[in-house]
Amino acid sequence: MAGHISPVRTYAMIFGTLMVLTVVTVAAAFTNLGIMNFPVAITIAIFKATLVILFFMHVKYSSRLTKLVCGGAFFFLGILFFLTMTDYLSRGWFVSPRGTAGAGTQVTVGPPPPPSAQPAAPAAEH
Amino acid sequence: MPNGAAAHADHHGHHAHHPALQHHFESLEQQHEASTLGMWVFLVTEVMFFGGLLMAYLLYRVWYPGAWAEASLALDIVLGGINTAVLIASSFTMAMAVRAAQTGRHQHTVRWLILTMALGLTFLVIKYFEYAHKFELREVPGPDFEWHGQFPYQAQIFFSLYFGLTGLHALHMIIGVTLLAVITWMAAKGRFTPEWYTPVEMSGLYWHFVDIVWIFLFPLLYLVDRAHGVAQVGV
Repeated sequence: MAGHISPVRTYAMIFGTLMVLTVVTVAAAFTNLGIMNFPVAITIAIFKATLVILFFMHVKYSSRLTKLVCGGAFFFLGILFFLTMTDYLSRGWFVSPRGTAGAGTQVTVGPPPPPSAQPAAPAAEH
Repeated sequence: MPNGAAAHADHHGHHAHHPALQHHFESLEQQHEASTLGMWVFLVTEVMFFGGLLMAYLLYRVWYPGAWAEASLALDIVLGGINTAVLIASSFTMAMAVRAAQTGRHQHTVRWLILTMALGLTFLVIKYFEYAHKFELREVPGPDFEWHGQFPYQAQIFFSLYFGLTGLHALHMIIGVTLLAVITWMAAKGRFTPEWYTPVEMSGLYWHFVDIVWIFLFPLLYLVDRAHGVAQVGV
């Protein structure tokens, strides 16, 4: 039947690599890389996931159709992340004259401020 | 229709074939390809399912970096790390179980599957202790939530996502272990041959997928800002 039989050696090597990368990702997290900590952690995770998909899940030896479907999942996941973030991250760029400043950056969560901190209500028009 | 070689045609009048071959497929190869494709289509829906939660995670992390760093430090990195190793090991044993099925060694298939289930249950037990500890500390979002850090409100959002993501992951693990129990039983009864071992392989795909989810959850939840956090511990 179809179905590639990988040598035990391949599985053992992938297993070893995944374990080493787990240690690497923890070590990297405890190292101050500034803004690069998050990208490094994500890159290592993507690399680990790719190894699992290609070798443990046999996608490397699967048909083109299976590869396409698998790749499609991550393509659409990318669209989800990319388009949503372009929206949220760009919301603060254009502040309207009525002033919803900071709408895209930080939203305060918590109890409402005390009444004295609230701007005075505009006087009623007569 | 049957030619001279069709001496083994069975009582309802078609070619003798492998008992696992469904009538609407030409061959076991075609059936195997269809099963693999179907399983992958299902896994795509799973990717999108976790993807929505990860999107929420990403947005809140960008909004509340301080709270994320603070709340992430409250997670036990040792237990999280051990669980990562346990799951990766279980993926290895699962791959070996599929390989044993491919090469027709039933006993090995059963043993590797049992080992995989044992590792899966180990993960769940460790997760249970992690959860229990969080409940003890009242670090579970809700009216009883207690937080002594700087961002008590945003920390609740982190913990909501933590329990949502790891809870759904744990649910997948429970389903996975149940699935493997059925497959182990089938393997023990000698249902699989090198010609047909599709259930073992498809369960394997599911198991590896659950492993991949954790490969992302571990750095996203446990390793947000450990480098700066080391200096802040005790604050």
